[in-house]
Amino acid sequence: MSRKLAAFASVLSAGALLLAGCANPGTGSAEDDPTEPVTLKFWHGWSEKSEVEAIDASIARFERQHPNITVKATGNVADATVNQALRAGGGDAPDVVSSFTTDNVGQYCSSGMWVDLDPFMRKTGLNKAEVFPKTLLDYTSYRGDQCALPLLADAYGMYYNKDAFKEAGITRPPRTMSELKRDAAKLTRRTGNGGYRRVGFMPNFRLYQNSPDRLFAQWGPAYFDKHGKARLAEEKATKEFFATTRELIRRQGGYGPLETFRTSFGDEMSSQNAFLTGKLAMHMDGEWRGLFMKGAPFRWGTAPLPVPDDQPETYGRGYLTGTVIGIAHSSTHQNAAWELVKFLTSDTDQVVAFANAIHNVPSTKAALTSPKLDTDPTFRAFLDIARNRYSTAMPASINGGQYVVSLRDFSYRVEAGKVHDLDAGLRKLDDEIDADNLQAQN
Amino acid sequence: MATPTNAPALRRKARHERLRTLGFLSPWLVGFTVFFGYPLIATVYFSFMHYNQIEAPTFVGLRNWRYVLAQMPLFGPALWNTLWLVVVMVALRVVFGLGIGLLVTRIKSGVGFFRTAFYLPYLAPPVAATVAFVFLLNPGTGPVNDILGHLGVDAPNWFNDPAWAKPSLVLLSLWGIGDLMVIFMAALLDVPRDQYEAAELDGAGPFHKFRYVTWPSITPIVMFAVVTGVVQTMQYYTQALVAGKLASGVSVGPGTVIQPGYPDHATLTVPQLVYSLGFQNFNTGAACVLSLVLFAIAMAVTMLLMRRRAGLLSAED
Repeated sequence: MSRKLAAFASVLSAGALLLAGCANPGTGSAEDDPTEPVTLKFWHGWSEKSEVEAIDASIARFERQHPNITVKATGNVADATVNQALRAGGGDAPDVVSSFTTDNVGQYCSSGMWVDLDPFMRKTGLNKAEVFPKTLLDYTSYRGDQCALPLLADAYGMYYNKDAFKEAGITRPPRTMSELKRDAAKLTRRTGNGGYRRVGFMPNFRLYQNSPDRLFAQWGPAYFDKHGKARLAEEKATKEFFATTRELIRRQGGYGPLETFRTSFGDEMSSQNAFLTGKLAMHMDGEWRGLFMKGAPFRWGTAPLPVPDDQPETYGRGYLTGTVIGIAHSSTHQNAAWELVKFLTSDTDQVVAFANAIHNVPSTKAALTSPKLDTDPTFRAFLDIARNRYSTAMPASINGGQYVVSLRDFSYRVEAGKVHDLDAGLRKLDDEIDADNLQAQN
Repeated sequence: MATPTNAPALRRKARHERLRTLGFLSPWLVGFTVFFGYPLIATVYFSFMHYNQIEAPTFVGLRNWRYVLAQMPLFGPALWNTLWLVVVMVALRVVFGLGIGLLVTRIKSGVGFFRTAFYLPYLAPPVAATVAFVFLLNPGTGPVNDILGHLGVDAPNWFNDPAWAKPSLVLLSLWGIGDLMVIFMAALLDVPRDQYEAAELDGAGPFHKFRYVTWPSITPIVMFAVVTGVVQTMQYYTQALVAGKLASGVSVGPGTVIQPGYPDHATLTVPQLVYSLGFQNFNTGAACVLSLVLFAIAMAVTMLLMRRRAGLLSAED
């Protein structure tokens, strides 16, 4: 080997070793004494004034119970920031982290980025099966690794404009998909120039919370087979779901006009929300929407979303998701961090108080039946959806819910009428999901 | 000729010269190694690894390459959009920039006003300019479609229509043509006046004067504009991302991950896909493969243009 070649090989080897050495940020430990004075860093996503006040009040309650622990909270933190910060590691990384989406739980668990909470639960005598509903435990774990716990839940249902219903002669919210299609058409009001004054039920998947997986949950589909392979092409409900949304679009004027109308809507979380301004007569949303509805210029109500005509017994079901909380792998105060996680997720009084304050569904069995819960009937409808045995959550995935992204992309094309062979399209979608999952595995 | 007795002294002198040269070059060498050499080697290395930026990387052979080139459905649209923008946007920007440059060098009155008016949009921050364009071209509430509607024109859906989203981005880039206008204006003002006078004496009209006097003088500047335009457009990210995000109308906040490319992947470019793969999905290997593909295309196009430029210059000589 020539000297030049040897030198080049040495540089390359040194570079490779350097790269490999840089790869793994340091890990924390669970050796700390939770009774010793400590300051915990807690990152969460809440940013609305009332929500921040509610989480701060929760932290204050915790600090009163644990005077040795000080919690430094940082709000409005996106998942991307959490992901990047935990990968970078370092002294300023958080000890306790929460996320508004369950999409990343599989990634957090499988990579070890959020530590497994089962040993902490065993150590402190918390029986998770007794405390949390099964659906919520499912979406906070991945292949047996419980790296997160539910920190309140979200249930999806229907908001409807009672004045518009009365005007159209409709006496109750629709319970089946056939009723939904009929009522949506009745409630739709066009303008002279081909636009809309009001749409009955806008199924367009880019509208606010209308991600296709949420309405699809009304069919109770199975996304994967027992081997973890995507099975949307063989799932009968998939074609029925797309046929229903296409029919809803057709009966209310077509995709193009509806999309143009959608682009005129104001921001979802503002007073210009299209349901709040009367542009939508029926609307799919989560329980938190009720907080924004105070002072609406019409009478409104809530109900479960309709179910397929051939599954009437499942009426009352809905899509479930929620905020999740866990402990960062890099935390050196994991026992103290667990005390905070345990308090926020399993203390019944705390869960009820927090749920009432931010209008979310409580995430423990005891809190769901607590008499102290908000008695507002529009809110209670979502508690019933959360308790319904047919309600479902999305299965966890290793790659941050990439299969949901693929389903969304495909659904956008279907609703626009660009998929002419649905069967072939669904088979291709399954292949794509399988390839993405394989790519994410080590 | 040096005698044998002087040889050690000469060698010392040569070594000293080399060290001094290296000393002067060292700031550049350090920068090149840290900001180009190391990242390039790292990108090649990680393109053969499974690495989620938390666990140690493991060797997976060509799996990332196979995934990106054969299985990832977004690779095709992203590459097509990037190349479309490189061809259409760069060409139109050069033609438009040259046209505006010619205009502002010819006008007799209000020169300062027009030069300022054409240059000012370039100073607008890209995000702000894109937000304004998406607002103006909103098919539901935007004033442009409102005016076109009153004129009886069936206006397109601009950023909300897959067929019009890229042309809308080109429109935005033409609005901010100030940078190229200044460069072309300087080049045009630098063309010797006496050559125009000689051409006029020979009876040349405006077209022939441009073809035989102006064009040969500004060719290097045109090449510069094309090469830098190609490299910049290969990295096109901000405007496409902001336009897609805003036009989609999807709310952004904690818990929401915005997928770039709205509508129907029409504004998805390779750099957006690299970011999405690398820092949203933490699929580092695939992101590195994509970066290397982009690097190879940029190198190939630039080399082609440089050879073409060399050919043009030698032909003129």
